Amino acid sequence: MTRDTKTDVTFSLNDLTVTVPEGTTILEAAREAGVEIPTLCWASNLTPVNACRLCVVELQGSRTLVPACSRECEPNAVIHTDSERVALSRKMVLEFLDTTNDLTESPDLQNLIDRYGADSSRYSKPKRMDEDVKIEDDLFIRAYDRCVLCYKCVEACGDDAQFTFAISMAGRGSDMRVSTEFETPLPDSACVYCGNCVGVCPTNALQFKAEFDLRQSEDWDPQRQTSTDTICSYCGVGCTLEVHTQDNEIFKVTSPSDHSVTSGHLCVKGRFGWQYVQPPTRRSPTNH
Amino acid sequence: MPDLKFGDAAPDSEECSAIDALVAAPTLDRRGERWVIGGRTREQEARHLLLPGLHALQDAMGWISPGGLSYLAERLQVPIADAYGVATFYDLFHFDPPGSEQPVHHVCVDPVCAIGNSGSYIAELRAKGALVHESPCLGQCERPPAVFIQAKNGASSDLSDIAQSPAAVAADGPLRLLKRIRHMEGSDLQTYKRHGGYTALQAAIETGGAKIIEVLKESGLTGRGGAAFPTGIKWESVAKQEALPKFVVANADESEPGTFKDRMILENDPFSLIEAMTIAGISTGCEKGWVYIRGEYTTAAQRMDRAINEASASNLLGAGILGSTFNFDIEIRRGAGAYICGEETSLFNSVEGYRGEPRSKPPYPTEQGLFGQPTIVNNPETFLNVLEIVNYGVDHYRSAGTPESPGTKLFCLSGDVLHPGLYEAEFGITLRRLLARAGGVTGDLKAILLGGAAGSFVDSRQLDMPLTFEDTREEGLSLGSGAVMVFSTGVDIATVLTRLAKFFREESCGQCVPCRVGTVRQHEVLTQISNRKPTTREDVLLTEIGSVMTDASICGLGQTAASAVQSAIQLGLLR
Ligand SMILES: Cc1cc2nc3c(=O)[nH]c(=O)nc-3n(C[C@H](O)[C@H](O)[C@H](O)COP(=O)(O)O)c2cc1C
Ligand code: SF4
Ligand code: SF4
Ligand code: SF4
Ligand code: FES
Ligand code: FES
Repeated sequence: MTRDTKTDVTFSLNDLTVTVPEGTTILEAAREAGVEIPTLCWASNLTPVNACRLCVVELQGSRTLVPACSRECEPNAVIHTDSERVALSRKMVLEFLDTTNDLTESPDLQNLIDRYGADSSRYSKPKRMDEDVKIEDDLFIRAYDRCVLCYKCVEACGDDAQFTFAISMAGRGSDMRVSTEFETPLPDSACVYCGNCVGVCPTNALQFKAEFDLRQSEDWDPQRQTSTDTICSYCGVGCTLEVHTQDNEIFKVTSPSDHSVTSGHLCVKGRFGWQYVQPPTRRSPTNH
Repeated sequence: MPDLKFGDAAPDSEECSAIDALVAAPTLDRRGERWVIGGRTREQEARHLLLPGLHALQDAMGWISPGGLSYLAERLQVPIADAYGVATFYDLFHFDPPGSEQPVHHVCVDPVCAIGNSGSYIAELRAKGALVHESPCLGQCERPPAVFIQAKNGASSDLSDIAQSPAAVAADGPLRLLKRIRHMEGSDLQTYKRHGGYTALQAAIETGGAKIIEVLKESGLTGRGGAAFPTGIKWESVAKQEALPKFVVANADESEPGTFKDRMILENDPFSLIEAMTIAGISTGCEKGWVYIRGEYTTAAQRMDRAINEASASNLLGAGILGSTFNFDIEIRRGAGAYICGEETSLFNSVEGYRGEPRSKPPYPTEQGLFGQPTIVNNPETFLNVLEIVNYGVDHYRSAGTPESPGTKLFCLSGDVLHPGLYEAEFGITLRRLLARAGGVTGDLKAILLGGAAGSFVDSRQLDMPLTFEDTREEGLSLGSGAVMVFSTGVDIATVLTRLAKFFREESCGQCVPCRVGTVRQHEVLTQISNRKPTTREDVLLTEIGSVMTDASICGLGQTAASAVQSAIQLGLLR
């Protein structure tokens, strides 16, 4: 089907009549109409997995709520994004996450917890994701007690960006974890240290080592941080880099997720190649 | 150098031969070839052999070692982290060396076996030094305590071979679906044919697919796997799809606690399933069928395999079936211990060599099912009904049952009844009469769990309810898989409920938050309540946990995980 034969879909969103091109998701339509829907596992540069269910909305005639991030708009649909049923589901999802994970470095989720009145104190002795921080190299750490199993890192490492497939979901149900084969340490796995998994992680479970060290030494201070855009000088592709610094020291490098070349993803050189500007030994005494 | 890295662990020679026997080394020339081109092609060709490959390793070694997995992953060009992710999804694969040559006894601890003394059986086995794993329902609820023995080199057994076979198969009224099963009259091809086998396929070849679909729609047959979707409409939508190839899948993953009917069908009447699947194939343009059998059903898998070979040797499968222009083949896939793989889209992922996580619907299987192609998935009992309809016509079929629920239904009776077993009855039979057919309740009736773990409890006040789709729907219940688990006043329902909650907690695939965490929280609250009336706070919490699971989970597992618990609270069974 060519673009011009694409038909429009008209439906009702929170009692407003909305028209969008066929194939638009409820989330896209809502954002276009200025209606806010919270998301966690969705990202503009990854295939939707619709796993977190934070974005559910009420679709008239459907037995269950539907995920706005991946459900396409249908003609004559009647959708409510903030009904009582929706609010209850979101509150519960937030309570489930808050009783399972360390969300202290997820300010967006903290705001949602307040907004939906999620109350974790109702649960006595809930099973949590308790895991020690994995520090296996000087580039990034993995703190899986913060991991909400959103699949983003797995997708970024796999066929949404990197095609390295170093990590996968392993185990089942409440034992599920992001893992390499047989929990092999990352340096021995297929990992090529592109850092794309770190770039997409929504909860800081994956974190650049430099940032981790700053936070550990309680020297982390967003007030003293700036971000500078530049172009990666390693090869001819010309990826845009956002260099994040605190007191003029680099702690991470990202790329905008809406960038036409990178979609937010980089290679090891762009991501970590700044160490020639600023040898890591200055900050991590473990690296020789 | 290939672009994928498979790890340094070296395989054992036994591991190599187990994999070599299953899949040949790639013949692709990989020189100078990027894996995203060559390797990807290979992956798509071969990835569906991942699950059989894992079975081969487990069977040869008693566990899946890093070396063995790496050899398999490289042979199939599947990333090794992915292969590990798939392998760890299943209960029947182990990742530590077993440390002994002893088999593993998987003993069922689900409600029927729990009241059938599985606890003391486990203690007895452990006292003898046996390796015991506590298992969810093994689909042998008519003979508690159930055991599945997992051994090396093809010696695993569910003991169906030596159980008095087949236990209590009876009917209320004339036998239709079970007529051959009762005396194992469908177990070899000659006997099957003598008892009316293959007349339906002959008729279908003569009348053509359009007519078959017409008749199915008129018959009012609906799916027996739980969702009661009209079968004729499902077949029609696949027949209409132009994409090729298309597939027929028989879903014999049967893991709903209290359900054992499909095992009995596969063990004792395998040809009927083959014949009906073939009819589905020729009626809708599918040339390939798959039977997905739960991993613990070893006898069913062996008999099904034998029957497929026999049918192929007699021109009843393969090219030009019975001299016609139709081709149809059937391949078996064995599950490996995961209830969720009975969910149809999860089953597709499992066959394709991915983690058995359900996909979101739409798209529906009739459009994009197995390998992304149009697919018919039906339950074995649904398939058996097709033979009845084709052989004896719509009027005869509808002469049993009610207008909205025509025909007969298989019920799996277990627990506190005198004769647990498989019963066939017309839709509309009351629970009271069904219980009487099974010799009555042993002791005083306390509650019945209707439809399995995903079903609901009823008590003596509902004994006169006719068992039909419409009557149960009206009461907010579901016939589900046809499981009827009976509990007398001697049973501690709180323990039963906690166990059901644990079942969901352990069987959740983990993909979505409402179910992955909700099933754990529900189990935790029930454990705290134990045997008393829930407080208001606990009641609110359980209700809210239940509502997010029901409303926001991806698939039927999460959506029904609160059903039994909520019904028990409503009936006041916790006090
Ligand atoms: C968690 C879960 C487990 C299921 N297990 C089975 C099963 O073991 N066998 C089965 O036939 N259907 C099972 N189903 C239903 C299937 O998804 C599907 O609806 C069915 O196979 C369709 O066949 P039918 O139309 O003949 O009923 C299950 C569904 C869910 C949500
Ligand atoms: S750094 Fe890159 S290759 Fe390594 S796990 Fe993350 S995404 Fe995969
Ligand atoms: S590590 Fe981060 S990106 Fe990966 S699944 Fe966990 S929360 Fe998501
Ligand atoms: S509802 Fe449960 S079983 Fe189904 S997809 Fe979600 S986590 Fe998996
Ligand atoms: S954002 Fe839609 S399900 Fe996670
Ligand atoms: S086999 Fe034990 S409950 Fe089914």
